[in-house]
Amino acid sequence: MTAGSPAASSTGRLAARLAWRLSDPAVGVWLAALGVTLLGWIVVNARGGDFLTQPNVTIILQNCVALGLIALGQTMVILTGSLDLSVAYLVSLGTLVAAETMDGREGNIAWAVLVVLLLAGAVGLANGLIVTGLRVNAFIATLGTALILRGWIEDTYTGPAGSVPGTFRRLGYDRIGPLPVSVFLLAAVAVALWLICRRTRLGHHMYATGGDEHAARLSGVRTHRTVILAHVLCSLCVGAAALFLAARFGTGSPWAGTEARYDLESIAAVVLGGTLLAGGRGGVVGTLGGVVVLAVLDSVFNQLSVDPFFKNVLRGVVIIAAVAVWTRRRRRGAPRRTA
Amino acid sequence: MLTMRDMTKSFLGNRVLHNVTLDLVPGEVHAVVGENGAGKSTLMKLLSGEHTPDGGRIELDGEVRTFAHPAQAQAAGIGVIHQELALLPDRTVAENVLLGREPTRFGLVDRAAMERRTAELLDDLGAVGIGPGTPVRDLSVARQQMVEVAKALAADVRILVMDEPTAALAEHEVAALCDLVRRLSARGLGILYISHRLREVFALARRITVLKDGRAVTTVATDDTTMDAVVRAMVGRELTSYYPPRAARARVGDPVLTVEDAGNERLARISLSLRPGEILGVGGLQGSGRSSLARALFGAAPFTTGTMTVAGRPLRPRRPRQAIGAGIALVSEDRKGEGLALRQSVRDNALLVTRAVPGRQRPPGDGALAELLARVRLAGAGHGAGREVRFLSGGNQQKVVIAKWLAARPMVLLFDEPTRGVDVGAKAAIHTLVRELAGEGLAVLLISSELPELIGMSDRLLVMAEGHLAGELPAGASEEDIMRLATTDRTALARKGGERR
Repeated sequence: MTAGSPAASSTGRLAARLAWRLSDPAVGVWLAALGVTLLGWIVVNARGGDFLTQPNVTIILQNCVALGLIALGQTMVILTGSLDLSVAYLVSLGTLVAAETMDGREGNIAWAVLVVLLLAGAVGLANGLIVTGLRVNAFIATLGTALILRGWIEDTYTGPAGSVPGTFRRLGYDRIGPLPVSVFLLAAVAVALWLICRRTRLGHHMYATGGDEHAARLSGVRTHRTVILAHVLCSLCVGAAALFLAARFGTGSPWAGTEARYDLESIAAVVLGGTLLAGGRGGVVGTLGGVVVLAVLDSVFNQLSVDPFFKNVLRGVVIIAAVAVWTRRRRRGAPRRTA
Repeated sequence: MLTMRDMTKSFLGNRVLHNVTLDLVPGEVHAVVGENGAGKSTLMKLLSGEHTPDGGRIELDGEVRTFAHPAQAQAAGIGVIHQELALLPDRTVAENVLLGREPTRFGLVDRAAMERRTAELLDDLGAVGIGPGTPVRDLSVARQQMVEVAKALAADVRILVMDEPTAALAEHEVAALCDLVRRLSARGLGILYISHRLREVFALARRITVLKDGRAVTTVATDDTTMDAVVRAMVGRELTSYYPPRAARARVGDPVLTVEDAGNERLARISLSLRPGEILGVGGLQGSGRSSLARALFGAAPFTTGTMTVAGRPLRPRRPRQAIGAGIALVSEDRKGEGLALRQSVRDNALLVTRAVPGRQRPPGDGALAELLARVRLAGAGHGAGREVRFLSGGNQQKVVIAKWLAARPMVLLFDEPTRGVDVGAKAAIHTLVRELAGEGLAVLLISSELPELIGMSDRLLVMAEGHLAGELPAGASEEDIMRLATTDRTALARKGGERR
């Protein structure tokens, strides 16, 4: 075999390694986010619009918050090899419970926050127990809880209910410069979850359980407990999203979660961020990237007032393309360090 | 230190262990042997807390213990190395080794300490060149095994259970593992060693317990017994000759499959011919390209260069379907993953190929199917072909795989490790069957890591090294001949290639 000159082959190898790093989902999805933003900026400007204005950036970020919180929660369960389809109804119920408990009075805020988080935690616990204890497939189990929550909502509420006091609504509207304060809530949750994933036993066990539940169990990991905790974490994130949306809307809405299709949307953001749907691989950073890509795309489409049908087609294409790229990378494996 | 007394366990009303009693003393290697389905793995799973026994008790240092979860067994100092490695390919070596016992500092996992501790453990095992930060996926099987051992030792175990630790290793790696086992037992660990390979068992163990049909037949000191006696106890009959007689030269016909200077990503300059009536053995180390060769011939990972003919016509299969159509069959080394649809019945599996590839052969009817299953000597074929394949023993599963291919009446049969993880009795049956098939005029390619099997079965032998054919040997070559060729280094191969050009 005739190899090229050493210099040529070493640059080739460097390029291969660089390409490999760039196709790491956690890096790639952020590059994609950057690309989409640039593209949006060019296209919108070419149409005589203005893309990177302060109000627009604020709107994009605000749109990131609810989906971001839910997708981060979803990341936890998907990493662990589970899934949560009940998030959309839990969000709706969360906003209703928050607004009704606050009932327009500032004194009730702390109490309401606690109640919503407790409710969310309980739903997560139930999901986790059904998945592990009753050994019901997560898809079916959480679809079941979703239907139960839906029944509860439809039976109890006919429309918006409760009211959120002004102080709490500031969570939805205040901003520091172009940054909405709610972004700090998202950031705090993201950092906390990142730490859990990377630096706690629970996190390591979540990856292990999602990667190979049997192997994890044989290694002494309490896999059931891990799955249950992942579900609780997920639902707590959903609870936080519900509080944020209640602050945005000023009232509880039975359609808060379902109208935005947070169940499927959050799963889309997670896989867009390179987390394996089967579990064991991926993480917080990728998911945030996925959320940003979806939010920026939405904003671009809105500015260009694209036909909603075409908009959904494009979103579908983006999601499929991203996952295809991540899969391709996985199958190829890393380039060898030495030729 | 450990006594398992009267262990009993049933699955679905099927009793797989009857009052098995076993004890282990510190510093001892105690081998547990038996055919597949004899209950060895079940016994170990009771010890490791994976299953809970229906009866009997486990005593550790005289104290009765019950384990409801593997974590409890580990806490008690029992480590298990499973036959199918329980490693997470996407996680690093350190994350695997210390899984379930990650060191923490202020409640957070201390990665530095984790890598340090892992490096210490690996050093201690004499496993050089395994970085704690490497993803396990990037390691060879032998190195993954080292990681498994390190993982078991990370828990400060006193008792180590090794379930078929050498099943996936090549011969020279087996030697290294045996050394390691000796060193561990010298440190005072009690080791329960489960293996099909009696040679290893006799080289390592102080005592041997033979299980048969869920009962402990005998426990003997290795010095007081012979391999023949142990085999007799295992199968309950005498195995006179391990390998059937070779093919008569005269009956070997003209080549039915030829390959000329072929290659792909993993293979280079492959030239060979397969003739009806003969068994061509292929030896080499793990990763030398043996399986790649079989997969290339079968069109699963096709050749990209060179020429190939099947039955005199040029054909370089690009898909398995094409190869099957031309009469090539592959009994893959990964029986459960690639050979069978585990949750389907024996019948569905046996008919899979004929159903999927029309034109080759019509699916056989019930009578023909029964004949086919009898021909591969499927034990208990009378139980009906409706049973799900996953309930069969490894040996019987392999017979179903062979039946599936025979249904399509192939001309060329490629066997990749056909007796891996198969018990002694079934192994002999498979050997006889393979020889019979060759006798009926099929061309057989046989890949095996087990040198005695390779030598005993082959009419000719090819040895592979680093994706090349390192050489050809006649029947009756010695293990040394094969190993010498198998360890040929790349420079020598390159020189040889140059000469040929």
